[in-house]
Amino acid sequence: MKWIDKNLHIKPINTHIDPYKPVENAIITHGHADHAKPGHKNVLATSETIEIMKIRYGENCAENFQILPTNQSLKINDVSIKFFPAGHILGSVQVLTEYKGEKINFTGDYKTTSDQTCKDFEPVKCHTLVTEATFGLPVFQHPNENEEIKKLLKSVNLFSERPHLVGVYALGKAQRVINLLRQQGYDKEIFIHGSLEKLCEYYQNKYIDLGKITKVNLTKKKDYNGEIILAPPSALKNIWSRKFEDPIICQASGWMSIKQRAKQSLVELPLIISDHADWNELTKYIKFTDAENVYVTHGREEAIVHWCKMNNINGLALSLSGRDDEEQL
Amino acid sequence: MKKFSELINKLLLTSSRNRKIDILSNYFQNTSDPDRGYTLAILTNELELRNIPISRIKEIVFENVDNELFTLSYDYVGDLAETISLIWPHKELGSLLGISEIIDVLRNLKRDDVNKTIKNYLSIANETERWALIKLISGGLRIGVSSRLAKTALAKFSNKKLDDIEKIWHGIEAPYYNLFNWLCNEGPIPKIDLLKTFNPMMLANPISKNDFKTLISSQFIAEWKWDGIRVQIILGKNSVKIFSRTGDDISQSFPEIKNSVDSMVILDGELLVGRDFIPMNFNSLQQRLNRKKVTQKHMDEFPAFIKLYDILYLNNEDLRDKTWKSRRFELEKWFKKNNNNYFDLSNVIKFSSWDELSNFKKNKIIDYQHEGLMIKKIDGSYIPGRPKGYWYKWKKDPKNVDAVLMYAIRGHGKRSSYYSDFTFGLWNGNQLSPIGKAYFGFDDNELKVLDKFVRNNTIKKFGPVREVEKTFVIEIAFDAVNESNRHKSGVALRFPRIKRLREDKPASEVIQLSQFKSEFL
Repeated sequence: MKWIDKNLHIKPINTHIDPYKPVENAIITHGHADHAKPGHKNVLATSETIEIMKIRYGENCAENFQILPTNQSLKINDVSIKFFPAGHILGSVQVLTEYKGEKINFTGDYKTTSDQTCKDFEPVKCHTLVTEATFGLPVFQHPNENEEIKKLLKSVNLFSERPHLVGVYALGKAQRVINLLRQQGYDKEIFIHGSLEKLCEYYQNKYIDLGKITKVNLTKKKDYNGEIILAPPSALKNIWSRKFEDPIICQASGWMSIKQRAKQSLVELPLIISDHADWNELTKYIKFTDAENVYVTHGREEAIVHWCKMNNINGLALSLSGRDDEEQL
Repeated sequence: MKKFSELINKLLLTSSRNRKIDILSNYFQNTSDPDRGYTLAILTNELELRNIPISRIKEIVFENVDNELFTLSYDYVGDLAETISLIWPHKELGSLLGISEIIDVLRNLKRDDVNKTIKNYLSIANETERWALIKLISGGLRIGVSSRLAKTALAKFSNKKLDDIEKIWHGIEAPYYNLFNWLCNEGPIPKIDLLKTFNPMMLANPISKNDFKTLISSQFIAEWKWDGIRVQIILGKNSVKIFSRTGDDISQSFPEIKNSVDSMVILDGELLVGRDFIPMNFNSLQQRLNRKKVTQKHMDEFPAFIKLYDILYLNNEDLRDKTWKSRRFELEKWFKKNNNNYFDLSNVIKFSSWDELSNFKKNKIIDYQHEGLMIKKIDGSYIPGRPKGYWYKWKKDPKNVDAVLMYAIRGHGKRSSYYSDFTFGLWNGNQLSPIGKAYFGFDDNELKVLDKFVRNNTIKKFGPVREVEKTFVIEIAFDAVNESNRHKSGVALRFPRIKRLREDKPASEVIQLSQFKSEFL
């Protein structure tokens, strides 16, 4: 890794991947706040990621934006750059870089299972893999997401006198949960917290089917019993949620596989729906890439590094700071 | 197993007490014998599967999962049953037996069959069933359901009185056919053997500042709260039973307490060690606790005796509904006839105002003998549990010391992702020497501050233990200090808890261990 360093800095072209602080040149893998920061001079990303950044931070959140579609090469000096879909959220990519014949792939955040709200993950071979490890422990083996959605629908059926408040991250998870509900044939109006509105609208403009969604209006007296309401997890803990009568608190997240975690957040109905790869996906992908070196950016890096050692792969933890690691992923 | 595992999963994730009672009450209503009885036994911690130690389960897991990956996972998840249930790599077709059948199989498993059977069970179970199965084997569910709550649900589903259930509880056994018969009005209340059965004790509430304003001092008397262990003594013809506060039979550890009476009596008192009824410190009592074999040397060195507080039964007469005053009269009468060197009467302290009692406490308390005062209502009956308004404990003021945070490990249960067990120390020269551990006393916000400090200031990791920068000062409250040769520092704190975070105080201003010893020992 002579031409990139621990801060994911590609030295020959002075470009950082998902930098934590404002820099001259940034490649952004996807629009989540811990990867996309405002204030860079030049940003290279997919059109969706750029649009999401503009929605969240304003039109001028970087001086210049350059779009690079997936599966197209861009050559800057001696470095070639190519994006491959990461399957994490709309617009998310892995960044494959090549310099003097050596290929390094930066996964960003990813999952390898299929998702109708974004392009499916595309695996790619490389010499060095720089991977995330949010769920990099063998206790994380995510179940099928449709079974989880069925749990929610079953509960809505059983407790039709109570509103179901579902905690979801505003970008990606919210839209995926709505889309999964639609796939299961749930065609009723779905209610959302105001902070999800713009991003849901954006997804709908991208022809992702979310059906009829309505912003919760708590000033009007309305009966939300038996309804599904989506809100960011923080809203479930503040006064906003107290306006609902005896709600069932649900949360859609990969962390929900740990019961004690769910209990801590006072979640009554945990839904294990993750937009990150689980242990099996992570280790399967590392094997697939044939990488000789694996660098782990963030997450449970110790276990992945240990697994690499067991499989005769060089593993190293980068422990990048500033990743929104244990929050609502 | 499916029904049982879903029940305990639902109970874990339900935070409302009333809703938990509803869930359980429905379960008892809609489940047949003996399943509901075994479930009750598990929830109340009355079921032990001694033939399968948890180390055996770990052994099975390590045959199937990499040791290091398991350790990292367990550290992260913070709950053994959960870690195993999530990490178990094999999935096979099949379904588990019901809870009663499983218990039956597990109890009768031959040593050589344990590994094979458990491995098969873990593989055919779903994740929640696996979790429940390991909880069942390891005991101690930690799902936020106390024994009391389970009994409250029993009372609710049957419309019987909780007190009546408590009174017979220690005389009945899983799977409680006779109990459920009575609860369902299909049989009489179970008869219990008074000579063998622990009776739930009456416990005190801590007294608050406000209580002194509202309680009328002339309606109360006081007694010392002796610093031993609270016990119930059942004397029958040729039999002595001593039970701890939680109902554990500790008779065999104290063979010198003999029966010298013909009649049957149930007494309440404090077990202490000492000579001529003068107690030694708690450390000395500990020399006598949890010993399977008691030697004459031990009995000579640390002779046990009991300070009597109360009398519950006399010659088959239940005295519990009588007032404290008339019980005391009976106790004194009994005591006069049964003078010996292992029963002493706890003195009654009379006072005419709370101020007078406060002065008495301040002037007469002997640090190593007394935990504080007990305040009891003169016309109160003996009510099992912790009823409000009858008995109060007025503990001595805690001692405080500022110490430096040294190590932290993650908590378990609902604190599983937080660093919430802390080791702290005092200076010994220019090195810190740990003096104790505390894992409570702080509120949720303080826990977040501590957790963040640990995460950002770790200098070394020893497995799950993190050593931190020695810069964070915490104020520790504790009840007493004992000399200890088990600890490097030579001291052991009793009941240490974190009182305050002293982010304002530099670690260099924390005192020397020697100074601490001369001040408190």
